[in-house]
Amino acid sequence: MALEDICSIKDISVYHKWFSSSSWEDTVSPLQMTDYRKCGLTGGGPLHFFIPTTHSVTVCRPFTLSHGTTTLGFIFQGGVIAAADTRASAGGLVACPHVHKITPIHSHLVVTSSGSGADCMLWERILTREIRLYQLRNKRRLSIRATAKLLSFMLHPFKGTDVCVALTLCGWDKEAGNTDCATTPQDSSFLTGHSASAAVCSQHDTTIGCSASPNNGPHLIYVCSDGARLEGDVISVGSGSPYAYGILDGGLNWNLSREEAISLAREAVFRATHRDAYSGNNVDLFHITAQGWKQREREDLRDEYYRDMERRAKAVERKIDTQLTVCGQKLG
Amino acid sequence: MEYLLGIQGKDFVLVAADNVAASSIIQMKHDYDKMFKLSEKILMLCVGEAGDTVQFAEYIQKNVQLYKMRNGYELSPAAAANFTRKNLADYLRSRTPYHVNLLLAGYDDTDGPGLFYMDYLSSLAKAPFAAHGYGAFLTLSILDRYYKPDLTKDEAVGLLKKCVEELNRRFILNLHSFTVRLIDKEGIHDLEKITIGTKGPITA
Repeated sequence: MALEDICSIKDISVYHKWFSSSSWEDTVSPLQMTDYRKCGLTGGGPLHFFIPTTHSVTVCRPFTLSHGTTTLGFIFQGGVIAAADTRASAGGLVACPHVHKITPIHSHLVVTSSGSGADCMLWERILTREIRLYQLRNKRRLSIRATAKLLSFMLHPFKGTDVCVALTLCGWDKEAGNTDCATTPQDSSFLTGHSASAAVCSQHDTTIGCSASPNNGPHLIYVCSDGARLEGDVISVGSGSPYAYGILDGGLNWNLSREEAISLAREAVFRATHRDAYSGNNVDLFHITAQGWKQREREDLRDEYYRDMERRAKAVERKIDTQLTVCGQKLG
Repeated sequence: MEYLLGIQGKDFVLVAADNVAASSIIQMKHDYDKMFKLSEKILMLCVGEAGDTVQFAEYIQKNVQLYKMRNGYELSPAAAANFTRKNLADYLRSRTPYHVNLLLAGYDDTDGPGLFYMDYLSSLAKAPFAAHGYGAFLTLSILDRYYKPDLTKDEAVGLLKKCVEELNRRFILNLHSFTVRLIDKEGIHDLEKITIGTKGPITA
């Protein structure tokens, strides 16, 4: 993709013979060297090029598209946890049992994907490219919130088409906070984690004025091809998300330790994969802190299932034992 | 699903919006703010299709601010409302219509308070009170019954609370918290959020 653009391969007369243009290709004018000078935008506006034309044809797929997945992310005192299953389904078929649904974008940002696998893979690459270009042009990294907004605006022209992408950006902003914006006491208490209930937690989507939250710290933002862009503390996406929410809402609080948080995320994905047919196989887990992201070894949930069964069996045994002893005492 | 309410008093406008951001059957956020500040004395409340709301509202917001930058003075609420309606109308018969329902509330130094009701078909009406969403079916009659043109601020908040109580009793969805703001000649003021029950983490 990038090499193609730089080599101006689309200029070759035989290009269109070799590579039949997909509907997406047509909508994007190649990012050739000349375009930067022509468009006159100093920052380089990616939006300029993403305008779908009327002749984009809906391709007829030989398989049914299914959005089966369980991905989740949450913020706690130790950073951000991102977890996802690894099953890619196409209708009733497990197309691939070991997909990577969590992709690092840069050292402090990972993105979990849900929806159409191909679309997600593509848009992750596009996002990585745009973030890297911004970093090279402006000598600083784009904040997580700005990344989410950029992605949302890039996806907007494709609203109403078959593009199906639901990404959760999980990351940590490291740059010094914006000194113009005053910090409200609510926000600073949230970031240092003093018992933040939902009523007190200010929402980071500041639509009123400029004030409020500094950029520093962990962020969790959901971006969807419908156009939704939501920042939150707990986000779960996919067909298995209701099941995951059930576990997360009951066990989550700010003061979890790292091990507890990881175990909660694993449990949530495990329970979701148990109930949801379209999620399963393994669980991937990422932990993002101020030092960057760390990936945990991929774990097969089948083992977790057998361990859970054993635990239940043992619990039943113990229950029968206590009942027997009680009976024994009564009789004796 | 979503609920917006606006009540115009003698020299102020009271607006309220629910705080739920939902995706099919899941509440993804419990503290989502649906109000967009267009200028020092104009608020726009925007609900509708997922991406359209934020895109359209931010577009209007930036354009209103641009007008101020270019001309040195702010658009009046009526002008902003008509500008918004024009944009909705222009996009209505394009390939990408915006499916958004709006309430625009503002205070004009010459004309006083104003509340404008707009819907996705780009109809515009200046109204003393207005509501959007399924909740409107339940609450408009209450507003009809108890509204007076010279409401004081406390009376207006009381009326708002009556509406919220009715929603709590009869509306099938649980809208448990509402952002409330008041616009008067001093500007936009945040009032206390109206909450029904708690939505924090479930403690064992």
